[in-house]
Amino acid sequence: MAFDVAISRTVGDTRIALSFVVDGGLTVLFGPSGAGKTSVLNMVAGLMTPTRGHVRVDGETLFDARAGIDMVPNRRRLGYVFQDGRLFPHRRVRANLLYGHRLAAPGDRWITPDEVIAFLGIGHLLDRWPRSLSGGEAQRVAIGRALLSGARALLMDEPLTSLDAARRDEIMTVIEGIRDELRLPILYVTHDVAEAERLATQRIFVGG
Amino acid sequence: MPGGWELSAGDWQIIGLSLKVSAVAMAATLPPAFALAYLLARKDFFGKSLVDALVHLPLVLPPVVTGWMLLLAFGQNGPIGGWLQSAFGVSVLFRWTGAAIAAGVMALPLMVRAIRLSIEGVDRRLEGAARSLGAGAWRTFATITLPLSLPGVLAALVLGFARSMGEFGATITFVSNIPGETETLPIAIYSALQVPGGEGAVVRLAAIAVALSLAALILSERLARRGGGGRRAHGL
Repeated sequence: MAFDVAISRTVGDTRIALSFVVDGGLTVLFGPSGAGKTSVLNMVAGLMTPTRGHVRVDGETLFDARAGIDMVPNRRRLGYVFQDGRLFPHRRVRANLLYGHRLAAPGDRWITPDEVIAFLGIGHLLDRWPRSLSGGEAQRVAIGRALLSGARALLMDEPLTSLDAARRDEIMTVIEGIRDELRLPILYVTHDVAEAERLATQRIFVGG
Repeated sequence: MPGGWELSAGDWQIIGLSLKVSAVAMAATLPPAFALAYLLARKDFFGKSLVDALVHLPLVLPPVVTGWMLLLAFGQNGPIGGWLQSAFGVSVLFRWTGAAIAAGVMALPLMVRAIRLSIEGVDRRLEGAARSLGAGAWRTFATITLPLSLPGVLAALVLGFARSMGEFGATITFVSNIPGETETLPIAIYSALQVPGGEGAVVRLAAIAVALSLAALILSERLARRGGGGRRAHGL
């Protein structure tokens, strides 16, 4: 089981309660804006703490309210790709890519920087500053950075939202590659129907 | 020619002492200033507004009062002075070290404000990204928070240094005016004004003070502007 999640928490006025068990593939979390989809990813990543429930990935318990387990985010080995890229503005593309790779235990590094650079076609960007990248380029680098951190699964929060149609298609092809070639389990948040249709292996409806 | 534009040995001594006092004041004040700024920017705790007010007190108190309180604290029978005397056999009274303490205390509020603003300007979501990539809390601080707030830290140093160079009231109250020991630039200007025929020295020293202050202001403005650009996260 790639993801075994059962969590609840109130964020602002929204009550989030969700449980699902999925094998690999790309799991789309869909639902209306404000239903707490991003909060679900944050709770899986450990950036937000659920009040109740558990989070298990590949059989390892990352969070269990009853058992008092709450693993710090940096040990969870979940690559998080954010809506806005969040590249480190004071580091060049190369240093952004290698940030997590250097911190990962050697045994957890299942892909090399050269493989990631070839897979994403970002070789020509390595010496650039994040500020100078287009939206599509920045999102590729953000995906590469997450893959290189030794992640055993990816969390993607509306990674296509701020891209134009052509770039969206490009990045979707990349994501399909991660799903089918690299076979990395992905938890994917979107409210776009076409995106969900094309990418989803399975879908989970979130709240409202 | 005394009274001309040529700097005398005495003038150089005054400038050298002022630079030494200000440099030591900055080195000693930066760590607590950063810690206070971080605390005020990031943490919520009981008594936060009191800490905030205490930090800012030297900014609004008459400097004479700050100097007098330092005298109480660092005097032979004061809580800090008594301890320094019994533990190390040293006293900062009438010493240049005392002048550095006065300068540091007076510069603290300015430095905390500048650093706090730049820490508040760091995009916390970048810290979340670093955590998800495997960085612990300390590494995230050292590789993300600190470098991104560095322009503010540098600006705080420049501002604090300039403030220290100009420190007068608390210093003269706390450590008096002793040539070669506590006679910094502003104190020397003040005493030259009291002496008949001291105008030449006043003009020379005042010109130096104006030049140093202008340079500091321009430098801190540049650092602040560069920081504003570097802190921007990539907007897709």
